[in-house]
Amino acid sequence: MKKLILGTAALALTAGMAFADTVRMGTEGAYAPWNFVNDAGEIDGFERELGDELCKRAGLTCEWVKNDWDSIIPNLVSGNYDTIIAGMSITDERDEVIDFTQPYTPPDPSAYVALSADVDLEGGVVTAQANTIQAAFIAEKGWTLVEFATPEETVAAVRNGEADAVLADKSFLDTVVGDGLVMLERMEAIGGGVGMGLRESDGELRGKFDAAIQSMKDDGSLNELIAKWEVSSQW
Amino acid sequence: MFSYCTDPSQLEGLTWLSCYLTTGKHAGLYVSVFTVLLLLAVTAPTALVFGFAGASAARSRIAPLRWLGKSYTAIVRGVPDIAFFLFFVIALDQGFEWLRHQVKCPDWTDPIRQGNDFVVCDAAKLPLSTAPQWIHESYAFVLAVLTFAIVFGAFAANVLYGGMRAVPRAQLETAEAYGMTPRQTFWRILVPQMWIYALPGLSNLWMVLIKATPLLFLLGIEDIVYWARELGGTKNAKFTDYPHGDWRIWYFLFLLVFYLAFTRVSEIVLERLTVRLSRGQATAAGEKLRKEVQA
Repeated sequence: MKKLILGTAALALTAGMAFADTVRMGTEGAYAPWNFVNDAGEIDGFERELGDELCKRAGLTCEWVKNDWDSIIPNLVSGNYDTIIAGMSITDERDEVIDFTQPYTPPDPSAYVALSADVDLEGGVVTAQANTIQAAFIAEKGWTLVEFATPEETVAAVRNGEADAVLADKSFLDTVVGDGLVMLERMEAIGGGVGMGLRESDGELRGKFDAAIQSMKDDGSLNELIAKWEVSSQW
Repeated sequence: MFSYCTDPSQLEGLTWLSCYLTTGKHAGLYVSVFTVLLLLAVTAPTALVFGFAGASAARSRIAPLRWLGKSYTAIVRGVPDIAFFLFFVIALDQGFEWLRHQVKCPDWTDPIRQGNDFVVCDAAKLPLSTAPQWIHESYAFVLAVLTFAIVFGAFAANVLYGGMRAVPRAQLETAEAYGMTPRQTFWRILVPQMWIYALPGLSNLWMVLIKATPLLFLLGIEDIVYWARELGGTKNAKFTDYPHGDWRIWYFLFLLVFYLAFTRVSEIVLERLTVRLSRGQATAAGEKLRKEVQA
């Protein structure tokens, strides 16, 4: 009898462990207001708050992991973390390699920032972060493109004259304008909204996050978060 | 950190700086300095062990062992470091997980490679996805040490191989004449004397290793270069209590001083080591030492 009780207890314990899933959330931590490292050295921003809320609603324990943008997809695929939540636009190209949840921000135009408003984009040098929809867009246009590994470096390149303009998400550029940098009138409608990236074999987890995003859309809390962090237009 | 740091926008000068430099984010930078030092402290001896094993294998009388030692140095020295770091670490990690998967989940029927995905059962994950973040970081650190040790071990193997061949033949002949076995000759005569010949090459490797530590970031470890870039980047007042412009140049200046100081200290230590190892050697430096003692 004692053995039986012990056995059941052990079973219950192991079962409990299997349920207490830890989902590792991969993000870049260098793209305010979406995700950045705050003064305390923790990941903060719109996606931090959104991700924590989604995990709460889906009943998951989540752990945040920082990863370089360039290797963010390979590390997801090889299983170092379970989701990408890093302001990643949903594109067909990425969709071939990983899966996306439904978008949590609507598709928004990308904007340019330059030192002066009358910069010549076609004839000049435009910079964008490597492996982004913006970089792909400029390359497709056939303009001169200079890529950098981090968003910070693209803005620095405009400041020191290495590039004439930077193309990026408007919400990110909103945080850098001023102090000599101006936003151009021209916008580009690229990208299909921002979603969470998951492994293609992780259909169950994707379903959970999809449902959580839907519930946040339905009760308006997602719009509140978007408004709070000024990341995009609302649903 | 300090009680007066609650509203940094009211502070100025050194008080502001004292608050700024003690934020949790800066602690990341300070920790990463120790990470780098720890990596060097662990990697250097490990690489030396790899190198010693490689060199011993390369001059072994047993042919397969010799081939192993020679192909190790030839292959690893030939592959670019960055390619090695990007490919090998992922392969190593997946290799470990695959082995654990075979042992822990024999009943698993799904394929491990599903399209682009590498899927093993939860119990085979290394570290377990339920493990706290520090275990993941330590695991990444161990992988980094192993990778660095393999890469630098290959170079060290070649240096030590050269050092072993540079020991005067007369020394080994004398040992044989005394009736020492090859094993005794190796450990008692060859190994103690080879270091002085290997030291210039090894000191080169050490210097290169110091400068190669920023490769850590490729392995997902936040090293000092990552933090310098992150902390130095423009900070908007909306997201921080310590807004500032592009300060990367100051942080990189700090890195410059750090690395220069570190290599200088290394040079001094290596200089002393050379003197110590020259004692009693049949080299010009050893001869000089002998004369000094006699004088």
